Amino acid sequence: MVFAGILAGGVGSRMGNYNIPKQFLPINDRPIIVHVAEKFLLHNEVDLVIMGINPAWYQNMLDIQAKYLSEFKNLVVVKGGNDRNETIDAVIKEARRHSQDDEDIIVTHDAVRPFVTLKMISDNIAAARQFGVCDTVIPATDTIVYSDNGSYITDIPVRSQTYQGQTPQSFKISLFEQVYSSMTQEELNVVTDACKMFMLKGYHVQLVEGHVSNIKITYPYDYKVAQIMMENIKND
Amino acid sequence: MISQQYKLVAPFRIESFFQDVKVQGSEHIVVRPRKLSVCKADIRYYFGLRDPEVLKKRLPMALIHEACGEVLHDPTGEFATGAKVVLLPNMPGKDTFYDENYRLDSLFRSSRADGFLQEALRINKQQVVPYTREGMDNVFAFTELISVGVHAVDSFLRYSHDRRDRIAVWGDGAVSYIICCILKNRLPDAQITVLGINPNKLQYFGFLDNVLNVNQLETRPQFDHVFECVGGAASGKAIDQMIDTIEPQGTMMLCGVSEEPVPVNTRMVLEKGLTMIGRSRSGRRDFIESVRLLEEDDTFAARMRQMISEEVDVAGTNDISKAFELAKNADFKVVMNWNI
Repeated sequence: MVFAGILAGGVGSRMGNYNIPKQFLPINDRPIIVHVAEKFLLHNEVDLVIMGINPAWYQNMLDIQAKYLSEFKNLVVVKGGNDRNETIDAVIKEARRHSQDDEDIIVTHDAVRPFVTLKMISDNIAAARQFGVCDTVIPATDTIVYSDNGSYITDIPVRSQTYQGQTPQSFKISLFEQVYSSMTQEELNVVTDACKMFMLKGYHVQLVEGHVSNIKITYPYDYKVAQIMMENIKND
Repeated sequence: MISQQYKLVAPFRIESFFQDVKVQGSEHIVVRPRKLSVCKADIRYYFGLRDPEVLKKRLPMALIHEACGEVLHDPTGEFATGAKVVLLPNMPGKDTFYDENYRLDSLFRSSRADGFLQEALRINKQQVVPYTREGMDNVFAFTELISVGVHAVDSFLRYSHDRRDRIAVWGDGAVSYIICCILKNRLPDAQITVLGINPNKLQYFGFLDNVLNVNQLETRPQFDHVFECVGGAASGKAIDQMIDTIEPQGTMMLCGVSEEPVPVNTRMVLEKGLTMIGRSRSGRRDFIESVRLLEEDDTFAARMRQMISEEVDVAGTNDISKAFELAKNADFKVVMNWNI
């Protein structure tokens, strides 16, 4: 089976004045997370969509599901964990209730990237099938500088070899289970990215082409940009 | 769901936009275009060959009105997820006295409404026709053009007198080719002649009884009925030749689109008692019949497949531009493998 895991474990601590997590803010009268869910629910290759929601906002998501997504039977909402990896783990445990196949794939996606395309989802599924694990990226346009002390630059990687990570990140569930169970608590404390876990354990993580419009709505500025992106169409 | 649209904002310039495709609480279905075919009308928009006032009024607009795709969601369950459908560009107006394709308040995609250069769109169920034949998506992409041919030929059969032994088609383009194929299907015993000017394109018409270069006619042929599929500035000359060679009381089907008015020798139209019928817009019935032909008539389907001059993989604006550049000089159809 192909699962989609929509990760909404966050509580919006970077979102300035908003008290509600950003995935619940509206774009065109519907919460961002509804737009994201619809994209995966409508994708022909996705069998089941599982949302991992911060426990504090779980009921809110159930209410949203009842209001905006009740037509869809292939959607399950579960409580996430304390961090991103725990939320992925909770989503995967739910996926395992539906299928135990070694070839099962999960496409994980940020609940705050509503501009993901059907093509990106298809490309992720194909890459996860072929390579086991993949990450969606775009070539870095700004020069990425590295600082291991937060004070001065310690490295400047070659720009043509640097990319900005987006989501979806996708993998075979059986591989994730192996990798996750082999992580020490110390490793889990510092590794917040699923693809980084795979890398630590020696896996080759395939790149999938993302798009500059696949923005993550993290700050009030991003939310404004997202709204402007939609207004383009309204003004026609 | 947020879906991308690719709109022509000015000649040669296509940009991506976003739209909100509302999914729940609608009777409409959501479809994903998968194969798109470039039409001459789209080419005129893309290269800025339309009247500047028309461009100013209609752009930005998503182009392309020939497409097939797959169903992503049908709230009523009538269409299975993944069902293949031909997309109809007509959005019929209200006055049901007239056929839906000729109502003045009807809208047509890539003309007065956005076309199919979209990641996904919501569409009325009456604006799709399902098909099942495998391996033919690139042909089903231009069902709209085939349906125009079906519409013209079936109108001809309805309104013309029934001596239909010798029929001629002027023009060596896509519409002419399709009409010839449909005439062969509908009237297998009739002698069908094509008259064109491009020797290379006339090679496609080898299945007809007569293939004539209109500039090298040795004798003056005679026909019971004729089709004009020339369009543009040359259609005046073609219509002259048709009036000259048609037998009395024949029917002249006008199917070519002209930007400028075309003078007609009405004296001879009256003298011969001719009937002129204009047909360029198809309706749902014609789409259904076109899909039936493609599904059931292997010869017809094979001839339609020969019309594909180029296929282009499209994942963004540069690829769309490439498809239009190729379409400008292609013999017949350029099909986009739409992967957005």
